[in-house]
Amino acid sequence: MSLFNFWKKEETLFDENITIEETRFVVLDTETTGFDYENDRILCIGALALQNGTIAIQNSFEVYLQQDHYDKSTAQIHGILRDFVLKRPTEMEALEQFLVFLGDSIIIAHHTIFDVTMINKALERNNLPQLTNKTLDTAYLYKRTLIKSHLFERKDHYTLDDLADKFDISKKDRHTALGDAYITAIAFLKIVKKLREKKEINLNDLFK
Amino acid sequence: MKNTISHRVADFLKDFPPFSFLHQKDLEKLSEQISIVYKDKDAVIFAESEKTHDSFYVVHKGAVALKKSAKNNVLDMCDEGDIFGLRPLLAQENYIMEAIAFEETILYAIPISVFKPYALENRTVGNFLIESYASNTRNPYSDIHKDKLYGDDLLQENLNSNHDSFDLAPIKYSKKIVTCGPSTTVKDAAKIMNQNKVGAILIVDEMIPIGILTDKDLRNKIVTGDYSIMTTAETIMTKPVITYPKKMTVTEAQMAMMKSNISHLCLTKDGTNNTKAVGILSKHDVMVALGNNPAVLIKALKRVKKVKEIKPIRARIMQLLQGYLDQNIPMTLISKIITELNEACTTRVIEMSLKKMSSPPPVKFAWLALGSQGRSEQMLHTDQDNAIVYENVSEVFKDETKIYFLKFAALVNKGLFDIGYDYCPAEMMASNPKWCMSLDEWKNQVHYWITNPGKNEVLLSFIFFDYSLTYGDAEMVNELSDFIFEDVKANPVFYVHLVSGALQSPSPTGFFRQFLVEQDGANKDNFDIKRRALMPLTDAARVLILSHSVKSISNTAARFEKLAELEPNNRELYLSCSYSFKALLKFRTKQGLLHNDSGQFIALETLSKMEKIKLKRTFKTIKELQELISVRFNISNLV
Repeated sequence: MSLFNFWKKEETLFDENITIEETRFVVLDTETTGFDYENDRILCIGALALQNGTIAIQNSFEVYLQQDHYDKSTAQIHGILRDFVLKRPTEMEALEQFLVFLGDSIIIAHHTIFDVTMINKALERNNLPQLTNKTLDTAYLYKRTLIKSHLFERKDHYTLDDLADKFDISKKDRHTALGDAYITAIAFLKIVKKLREKKEINLNDLFK
Repeated sequence: MKNTISHRVADFLKDFPPFSFLHQKDLEKLSEQISIVYKDKDAVIFAESEKTHDSFYVVHKGAVALKKSAKNNVLDMCDEGDIFGLRPLLAQENYIMEAIAFEETILYAIPISVFKPYALENRTVGNFLIESYASNTRNPYSDIHKDKLYGDDLLQENLNSNHDSFDLAPIKYSKKIVTCGPSTTVKDAAKIMNQNKVGAILIVDEMIPIGILTDKDLRNKIVTGDYSIMTTAETIMTKPVITYPKKMTVTEAQMAMMKSNISHLCLTKDGTNNTKAVGILSKHDVMVALGNNPAVLIKALKRVKKVKEIKPIRARIMQLLQGYLDQNIPMTLISKIITELNEACTTRVIEMSLKKMSSPPPVKFAWLALGSQGRSEQMLHTDQDNAIVYENVSEVFKDETKIYFLKFAALVNKGLFDIGYDYCPAEMMASNPKWCMSLDEWKNQVHYWITNPGKNEVLLSFIFFDYSLTYGDAEMVNELSDFIFEDVKANPVFYVHLVSGALQSPSPTGFFRQFLVEQDGANKDNFDIKRRALMPLTDAARVLILSHSVKSISNTAARFEKLAELEPNNRELYLSCSYSFKALLKFRTKQGLLHNDSGQFIALETLSKMEKIKLKRTFKTIKELQELISVRFNISNLV
């Protein structure tokens, strides 16, 4: 992050009158062939739109991509086999569809940096412009709900499983892109509720 | 669009009528059109006489209260899988009730336009809906677009069942009948009764009841030595069985039992003993139907088989609490009974978790309740604070043992969560390795706190020192208590830190004797009764009782009473502390029940003048007490 962005963070990003409720968020998750930004590829993008505490199933996005790169070792996590065909567009087509779905909404993910970087790398490969959307990370936001105290050690990393356990969200469909996006969305709603118990917050506060 | 989430929704709905009647394909299609809605506790889903939404709702998680706002009493409570807000959509009129999220809730909103074709097409679906709304309608399809079909009967019905004519309500009997054949030995029959935790077993011949064997029969005929335990059930059973038809009201059942002086009624298909038995009705069932009382609830707890079944019992404990408060029963008594019941719930969860483990515990252990639960001051649903202490084991088994208890604790914590105790936000739970240790490890830990009394150590010891045994080995806990007293005595400087910690709770009133209210957050302008009034008393009581080395009294009011006994010259102050504490606790509990929360924050404008005066009176006591301890432990020298 550049110094410029660092200072910008302190400024007001959004009009004070815009509520969290009326904002359209796109909660997303990607399944990839691995964790290497350069060599690994996106296998699936799952995303859903969240607005006013509501997720309309019709208005969700799940695309399995055609990829040449394939890593057997990660298949046991995401369960996507190479020949598993389900109306698979090319990377280019999938990205275009995704960008339409995303619009200028705020992105929410768990460890957002990974998913966004993966998508940006793919965009770069296809000569498409990078994402400029604002992003939120439930892994970070969750930490803010915890009591600030030296009494107990906060973990550095809270996994999506940790959040699902804490918030009692069923882990069915874990490790499918849209399933994880759903867990992330519910976790986000519960995090906002927790934060509100401490202090009334608006959209800008989420980015602090 | 068909996708992972629509599958997930369909998978949930398929277990609940009327969706269970739909074809898998239709259900999946329907699910694609659904919206998932999150509602915070107390959020209004729709208001009375509001125009109808274009969807009706199914509760996926949480609970929704349907209310008629004029009277503000809950007409119906919708649970997981329940439908609400459909009738007005079909009748095309405005909502006649208000729907409020009773707890944090996730709903599935199903557009009526999508659902209606199924309701019209699929007879079972339609019938189900008709039945659930107006049980007497013969022709389900006649008036579906007019307003009468799902008329106002619903409202009437609900009102009645909730309040009046209660004794005449049909009684719920247990359909699971415990039976054995006539040639079963009494020994085996007793075993079956034991397994099923019932007091009577029905002797049947192809489900036709031929006799009944009760605890009383066993006592009178076997234990007296008149018959051997290998006697057949047939020989000593009471016969013929007194049978009744299954449609009985509570009063009828009660009368029947009194008339024949029996404790169990056998219900058969046509009411005679020539037809099959369909249910059994015990005195216990009648008592349960008659209302909530501690004995009944404890018994009900003993019978539950799944953690999930405890939740409704907890709800009834809350009703009982409300009743006690309404009747103005002394707080000491109320808190004793309610604590006892809450502990019974926890114990049941522990027992069930033990059963779920693949092997029995490798060594003795004790489950400790900490903080407010440990002090028996927790009456409402709050967070869980607990710990495990287990016997010391040799180095070889150290890891293995710890893993066992951590796994066990995780089960208990999850179980407690399921029955309504939130997870502790600071992770002070037995499933956290830091709160699940062997006796020696605990001693080391406590010693570290006492000899390194920083701010955190004092706070941790505050929470930990109020422990009480919920389940398990008392001796070990005793040993730990002894150790703490000795160690504190040897390190007197620890008191000073305890006292300064106790004096840190913010003061309840400001300079002009106005209430100090919260400045920020969701509870802005509310009075924090826990931190500003209850905690100062609790903290002070702990320091004082520790300085007298009094063991195993952890309840704050009881501690003050003991102190009054030990220090006659301060008797008056301590007694007024005890009184104040009880008054404040009652206040908090009432507030909590009123708002279905922990009662920690009080909106001052809702209090009457009288209540405010009462509250303020307790503050004076708090102040005097704080002065006493700061002088006694010479706090000014330190801070």
